[in-house]
Amino acid sequence: MGDGEARGRGAELGARLAAGDRSAAPAALNLLETRTAREGAAALVSAAGEGAGHVIGITGPPGVGKSTLLSALLHEWRSRGLAVAVLAVDPSSKRSGGALLGDRARIEHDPADRDVFIRSMAAGERLGGLAPATRAAAQALANAFDVVVIETVGVGQSETDVAEAADTVAVVVQPASGDALQFLKAGIMEVPDVLVVTKADLGAPARRAEEDLRAALGALGADAPVLTVSAIAPTQGIAALADALATHGENRDRVRVRRLGALADFVHEHGERGLRALGGRRAAVRWLAEQDESLDEPTLYGLLERRNQPNG
Amino acid sequence: MSHRLPERDRPWMMRTYAGHSTAASSNELYRRNLAKGQTGLSVAFDLPTQTGYDPDHELARGEVGKVGVPVAHRGDMAVLMDGIPLGEMNTSMTINATAAWLFALYVVAAEEQGVPEDQLSGTTQNDIIKEYLSRGTYAFPPGPSMRLVADMVAYTVEHVPRWNPVNICSYHLQEAGATPVQEIAFSMATACAVLDAVAERVPAERMPAVFGRISFFVNAGVRFVSEHAKLRAMTVLWEQLGRERYGVTDEKALRFRYGVQVNSLGLTEAQPENNVQRIVLEALAVTLGRNARARAVQLPAWNEALGLPRPWDQQWALRIQQVLAYETDLLEYPDLFEGSKVMDGLVEELLTGAREELVRVEDRGGAVEAVPYMKAALVESHRERIARIESGEQVLVGVNRFTETEPSPMLGEDGGILVVDPGVEAQAREAVRAWREQRGDVSAALDELRRVAASDENIMAATLAAARAGVTTGEWAGALRDVFGSYRAPTGVGEAASPAADEALRDEVARVSEALGRTVKILVGKPGLDGHSNGAEQIAVRARDAGFDVVYEGIRLTPAQIARSAVDEGVHVIGLSILSGSHRELIPDVIAALDGADIPVVVGGIIPEADVPALKAAGVAAVYTPKHFELDRIMHEIVALVAARNGVGAAA
Repeated sequence: MGDGEARGRGAELGARLAAGDRSAAPAALNLLETRTAREGAAALVSAAGEGAGHVIGITGPPGVGKSTLLSALLHEWRSRGLAVAVLAVDPSSKRSGGALLGDRARIEHDPADRDVFIRSMAAGERLGGLAPATRAAAQALANAFDVVVIETVGVGQSETDVAEAADTVAVVVQPASGDALQFLKAGIMEVPDVLVVTKADLGAPARRAEEDLRAALGALGADAPVLTVSAIAPTQGIAALADALATHGENRDRVRVRRLGALADFVHEHGERGLRALGGRRAAVRWLAEQDESLDEPTLYGLLERRNQPNG
Repeated sequence: MSHRLPERDRPWMMRTYAGHSTAASSNELYRRNLAKGQTGLSVAFDLPTQTGYDPDHELARGEVGKVGVPVAHRGDMAVLMDGIPLGEMNTSMTINATAAWLFALYVVAAEEQGVPEDQLSGTTQNDIIKEYLSRGTYAFPPGPSMRLVADMVAYTVEHVPRWNPVNICSYHLQEAGATPVQEIAFSMATACAVLDAVAERVPAERMPAVFGRISFFVNAGVRFVSEHAKLRAMTVLWEQLGRERYGVTDEKALRFRYGVQVNSLGLTEAQPENNVQRIVLEALAVTLGRNARARAVQLPAWNEALGLPRPWDQQWALRIQQVLAYETDLLEYPDLFEGSKVMDGLVEELLTGAREELVRVEDRGGAVEAVPYMKAALVESHRERIARIESGEQVLVGVNRFTETEPSPMLGEDGGILVVDPGVEAQAREAVRAWREQRGDVSAALDELRRVAASDENIMAATLAAARAGVTTGEWAGALRDVFGSYRAPTGVGEAASPAADEALRDEVARVSEALGRTVKILVGKPGLDGHSNGAEQIAVRARDAGFDVVYEGIRLTPAQIARSAVDEGVHVIGLSILSGSHRELIPDVIAALDGADIPVVVGGIIPEADVPALKAAGVAAVYTPKHFELDRIMHEIVALVAARNGVGAAA
């Protein structure tokens, strides 16, 4: 595909998403994932603009029941009449570059239901992080879907990545696994917007995990909600979780997401060296916070580039 | 000890795993088989019956009457057993997720014949753990499934004392690639999980009786010397578990009792006549030594790798047993291997390995909790086996060595296999609808079933009542699904190790991915109810190792679900696997559901040669059968197909 052709295709798909055409989603994702069609992807993102949908990051270690939880949440959202897109990011094999995607609890949904879109993405070379196209995809899909979920694996590393892409980050833990608690106390993990304890059907261990997390958050002076749920029949707490996510979404800070997104793109392009030229991550975040709130992400990215090459 | 027995032993029970099309035609087949000298029945149910769906359910499409007989209600069971005196018959039923239900239908069929339940003898397979590991006909999550198993054991040990309520299967573990050590350890761990679950539901003093009712269903491969050693090792280990873990002292209860179906995994599509000698040698593995001889034997037919066997093929398998039991002098001697250095050494080796493996499973909390561990271990062993065959290290005569052959005269006009009348499914759909119309209101029976399922009561009374009321298989399982929820077992593919795949293949995948601008993405799908996922799993693992992005969502998907995933996921190619014979219906369904999306489809599985042209005409790009054992070559062809379809050129 030539650049001009790719730009045209990107602009067309972006416009369809902006108009709420959900059937454009598969082709839009194909284009965004095409490494040789950067122009097309850029055209798509700018034609789509910033969608009004709620982008939610759901992350947690393997085996805690994220996908089962997501299945239950999906049904809850659908029963509220919301259209939902899910971007499930899986790690790639270092050795072959290949990846097994979708090897998890299947998110059950009616194949005839056009208001649901589920896509797996290989994380590529970035351990525990997002696939390169995930953030752009989430933003574009937020035009046509009410809720866009980014599901990632990990605790302690990938929340930062998800926070750059999502309005709301939920970390999922299971009872009797101390990792999240330790990471939270030690500051390895940033305080998420919502904490979810799965497997409420276990009873006492789930309640204990919830109390421990509350105590840790209290000590940190944070007031993120902690919810205990059971995603298997009979489900518990799913509606309350959907409510908590929506409440956070109402107060979401889009400006912050735009700024962090621009910085993430910058680091992806220029690496640690570029970050040093900006005076380090904290200085860069502070500087971004001083910029005009109305600036969109590509503009912010351009400003960062200019700071990186003051004489260029 | 004399080297002769005072009198010749009685032969083992001889069965043929049989059933297809309808209850009436299967009944006719059973009667013919019994007339030929078969001494017990072995009922093969179709996949909808095994997984708890009626013939008119969406997921049943293409599967009704294929790999077994459909039994949707007590009327079907009565026809299936018509004219067979159930008080005298010994019936083995290969039924797991829905075992309690089919057993209840059998009890009701006996009632209708005037035979009380305490007169019945037979076996229900009822080993749910191996369904998660290998066979795929589970219906409910592990917790409720184990409860159903325990309920049945608790019921039969009191009311149907000659019934074997659970047949712990090492059989399917071997089919999934298990080594002998894994087979021994995983099946013993499963038996312990069942016994521990039953212990919560019967008084402690009944546990020795429960232990004595647990039987096994094993496999035997062509390495018949070590396979025999495996059975001797199981005998030793079982007795030890009984004494030490469950405090059993009754010698009779401590005996390791097993039935067997010999290996299908090693049967070949190429030069299929060679399978006959493989089956004979495998039969020796389970009969040679008197101290570990099978109680019941069923042999596969020579043409299983080609499709469904015909009655004549099954007769041949029965005659092998009869020659072995009645013509040879095998049954005139005590154990042939007592004092054998070789046999004792092999047994010791296996016991050491199995005990270590048992500890690993125990460390993970026992067989139920260790399902993901065991599944990954099996996928890994299977991958190693395929790699040995590909490299030629493990010889398969006619497949990777001695492949020159004359044309086989055995593949006659019908292709040498049974083809089920495609009209069977429509008839069954109509029949079950007619049944529901005339049988009256069953809502009370279903409500009671749901109530009991949600409580801690034994499920059997409500199940028997539902059977008598005329509830259908799909309704019974549906009521339980309402309470228990459904489940997806781990695929094991994520954990399988990644060996050094063919470099040229990886280079080619990388080149095409680069040319496409994104990594070549494949969806590996298993449409329908067929749970034999070993082949699909191996393809998924190899594709990942070759550098593909692989979407594999496990078993039991409808064509609409697969097509939707393929489109949403933006895959470049779809690989479908079917072993149950439903490819004729389901593959074209997937292509139709793609609704014009330009994604090429390749198909693998047990696909008779005669069906290939129709599949190609429906739009399938390539068909792979068991004779295509070189996975790397399949991968090369798939990459080439993707390259050609996307106009990025063939390999330089």
